[in-house]
Amino acid sequence: MEKTYYDPADLKKFGDVADFQPELAKKFFDYYGDVFKDGALTAREKSLIALAVAHAVQCPYCIDAYTSDSLEKGATEQQMMEAVHVTTAIRGGASLVHGVQMMNKVKKLSM
Amino acid sequence: MIKTLRSQNHSLASGQEQLRFLSNGIFGSDKLPTFREKIDTLGEFPLKPTNIEIFQVNVGYMCNQVCKHCHVDAGPDRKEIMGRETMQRCLDIMSKTNIHTLDLTGGAPEMNPDFRWFVEEAHKVGVKEVIVRSNLTIILANPKYHDLPEFFKKNGVRVVSSLPFYQPDKTDRQRGEGVFVKSIEALQMLNAVGYGKEGSGLYLDLVYNPGGAFLPGNQAELERDFKKELKNHYGIDFNSLFTITNLPISRFLDFLIRTENYEEYMEKLVNSFNPAAVKGVMCRNTISVDYDGYMYDCDFNQMLGLKVDKQAGQHINDFNLENLENRHIAISQHCYGCTAGAGSSCQGTVA
Repeated sequence: MEKTYYDPADLKKFGDVADFQPELAKKFFDYYGDVFKDGALTAREKSLIALAVAHAVQCPYCIDAYTSDSLEKGATEQQMMEAVHVTTAIRGGASLVHGVQMMNKVKKLSM
Repeated sequence: MIKTLRSQNHSLASGQEQLRFLSNGIFGSDKLPTFREKIDTLGEFPLKPTNIEIFQVNVGYMCNQVCKHCHVDAGPDRKEIMGRETMQRCLDIMSKTNIHTLDLTGGAPEMNPDFRWFVEEAHKVGVKEVIVRSNLTIILANPKYHDLPEFFKKNGVRVVSSLPFYQPDKTDRQRGEGVFVKSIEALQMLNAVGYGKEGSGLYLDLVYNPGGAFLPGNQAELERDFKKELKNHYGIDFNSLFTITNLPISRFLDFLIRTENYEEYMEKLVNSFNPAAVKGVMCRNTISVDYDGYMYDCDFNQMLGLKVDKQAGQHINDFNLENLENRHIAISQHCYGCTAGAGSSCQGTVA
C-alpha cells in the first residue's frame, strides 16, 4: 500500500480506470462528457457547480481539476469562492436543519 | 515594478537558452512528443506558409510597462529600436507586393520616435490596413501621447489593445499596479473620438490572455462578458475580443519554471493539441520583422532568435517573396501554444 492516499499525479490517470472494465468506463466517460457540454446551463455554470460539489464530496482531484477548468472557462475568483460558500451553506444548513429533529425530540421528552 | 529578464542577467533572457530548455526535460526524455513529431504524424511537417499577407513589424522593445507574462521581455530599460531606414525598406517591400496589412508591435510601438511617420507613409504607399498593438497606458504616460487617439483616427489605424480582464485586480496583478484604471481611461478616450462605436469604421479590439498557467476560455463567451461588464461599469464599447494563449517563452516561461507549473502546463498544451488549429496558425500568412530588419516566422520566433529559413533570405534587404513563400517554418515546443484548444494567434482563436 502507498504511504499516502492521494497523489496529484493520479488525476491524469483517471482514464486508466477503463483498463479493468472498459465497457462501463466508456459509458461513464461518454455520459460525463455530455453532462459538461453547453446545455440549458452554460459549460461555465456547470464547471462552477462541479467546483462546489467537489468541495462537498471533498475530492481533491476534483477540486484541482475544476479550479483550473473554472479559470479556463473565464469564471472570476469571486464566483469560484461564492460557489464554495454555497457548498458551506448547504453543508452547514444540512446539519443545522437536523436541529429541528433534536428540538422535536426534546419537546417530546420534556414535561 | 518588476525587472526585465535582460536587466536581471537572467539565463532565460537568451533565446538560445530558452530553446535549449524547451528541447530538453520532458521533451528530451520522450515523456511528451515534440511539436515536430506531433505535426509529422499529421503530414504537416515541414510546416509551409500560404500567401504572405501581413507584415508584423516590431518597432522596438522599449515599453512603459513590465508585464509579468511579456514574451518580448519589454520594459523601460530596453533600448532596441527600429530606425527610419529600416521602416522605409519595409514600406518599399509592401508597395511592391500583395502584403496588405502592417501590424505594428513592440514594446509600446508608440514610443518609437518615427512611429507616426511610419503610419503616415504606410498609407501613402497604399497599405490597406495599419494595426497598432497598444498597451493603452502609453496614451496617458506623457502629454506628448495624449493626442494618439486623434492621430489613430486621422490615419484610420485599427487599435488592438491588451486588457487581460474586465476587473482591476486581475489586470493589475499581471500588468502592474494602476494599469487597469489607466487602461479604462485610455479606452474612454478612444471611444470619445469614435473608436469601437458602431458605424464609425474605427476598430478597437481587445486582447484577453489568461492570468496564469491555464488556457483561455471560449472567445465568444468571454467577449460577451467583457462587453457587458465594460459597458455597465465604465460605458466602454469595443468591437472584438481576441483570446490569446500564453506561450511558454521569456517571462512566462520563467514564471512556469519558478512556480513549478512548467511540466503540467506543457502537458496541458500537448493534450489540447488541435490538428485543425495547425491550418490557421499565423506564421503561415505573416512575416515578423525585428527592429534591425531581420525576418522571423512569428513574433515568438523573433524573441527566441529563430530567424526564417536561411535559404529564404533572413534580412529585409534580401527580401524575396517567392523564396519566403516556399520556405519551411521554424518550429519548437512553444508552437504547442498556438495549436492548443481553439488555437491562438494575434487575431485570437483560429479553429
